[in-house]
Amino acid sequence: MEEFVKSRINEVRKGDHNAFGEIVEIYKDRIYQLCYRMLGNAHEAEDIAQEAFIRAYVNIERYNINRKFSTWLYRIATNLCIDRIRKKKPDYFLDAEVAGTDGLNLYSQVKSKEMSPDEKVAKMELQEIIQMEILKLPEKYRSVILLKYIEELSLKEISEVLDLPIGTVKTRIHRGREALRKQLRNI
Amino acid sequence: MGQCPVNIKEYMHEYLDGEISPEHKQILQDHLAICSDCQKHLHELEKTTALVQSMSHIKAPDDFTLKVIEKLPKEKKKVGIKRWFSHHPFLTAAAVFVILMSGSLFSTWGDSNQFSVTKDPNIIIENNTAVVPEGETIKGDIVVRNGDIRIEGTVEGNVTVVNGDKYLASAGEVTGEIEEINEIFSWLWYQIKNGFNSIMNLLAGL
Ligand SMILES: [Zn+2]
Repeated sequence: MEEFVKSRINEVRKGDHNAFGEIVEIYKDRIYQLCYRMLGNAHEAEDIAQEAFIRAYVNIERYNINRKFSTWLYRIATNLCIDRIRKKKPDYFLDAEVAGTDGLNLYSQVKSKEMSPDEKVAKMELQEIIQMEILKLPEKYRSVILLKYIEELSLKEISEVLDLPIGTVKTRIHRGREALRKQLRNI
Repeated sequence: MGQCPVNIKEYMHEYLDGEISPEHKQILQDHLAICSDCQKHLHELEKTTALVQSMSHIKAPDDFTLKVIEKLPKEKKKVGIKRWFSHHPFLTAAAVFVILMSGSLFSTWGDSNQFSVTKDPNIIIENNTAVVPEGETIKGDIVVRNGDIRIEGTVEGNVTVVNGDKYLASAGEVTGEIEEINEIFSWLWYQIKNGFNSIMNLLAGL
């Protein structure tokens, strides 16, 4: 697989759009899925996933052919997602706690406006609950948890995607798991 | 919980990562046998990871690849020229003839092949690419010659790219017109036409 991708990249470097199309076909589901789980919204996921591929194309000269292409692509996509999350924050203050709501943040308030918590849980698919809880994780934990459990990358690959020491990746996975445990244990 | 070993939670995570040493594993096993709180904690962690892994795989929309290709900067000049030559064999032969005759096609072309861009302190140059960084606003027109431009910020004016590609990031914005001129094609055409004239003159003179 990597060999095939590398042979196509040589064509992409000559500016061949069709060769790049073949690469997009191989990775589109993985990259789109990562963006969807990071951002929790199909429209934004498509926007950012497309942007990731376009940036890969534009910067293809900077890709080191001796390294795994998927790692490089994940890196571009993850950085774009984190940028998007950070940009969104000041507008909505989703993580801000509201006085007197006992841990409920604005996000869950917005989400549950029309329904009581019981109705909400009954109505929402398990999958949506898990997705919503993942979205509550700070982005540095969210990215490692998704890369490990959804994209099934090794710790070494995750450390390359995020450009972090393996020890830091492990610590973040541990903290991410603990945070999710508190959120999901009563399901 | 007061009796729990200090690092017992860390050992749980080492265990979940499949990286626990035999010594830590022994301590964890021995403790789990006597501590229901820690048993519960580990069970909840395992359930958490199982829940996350149980999420179904999502596929990209059907037209995803098409949309990406449509948004790519247009194919590079070299590919375009190659394709143009293969579609116009007669003109290609004529062009080759001109090159052989004049020997000056690429040397003349090369004279004006320098990368240049309108001076502005906020424009960054990366190799042969002019970059309008995110968050920056350029007031006025930008002309890029023999290189590309990547717009991540805002340009309040027109952007003209001569012999290059423009790439507009989703956050980028240009208030004026964006124009791309591929000089080599018109220039080549001009040379070929001239070549014909000189061939005709040559033939007439015989
Ligand atoms: Zn214990």
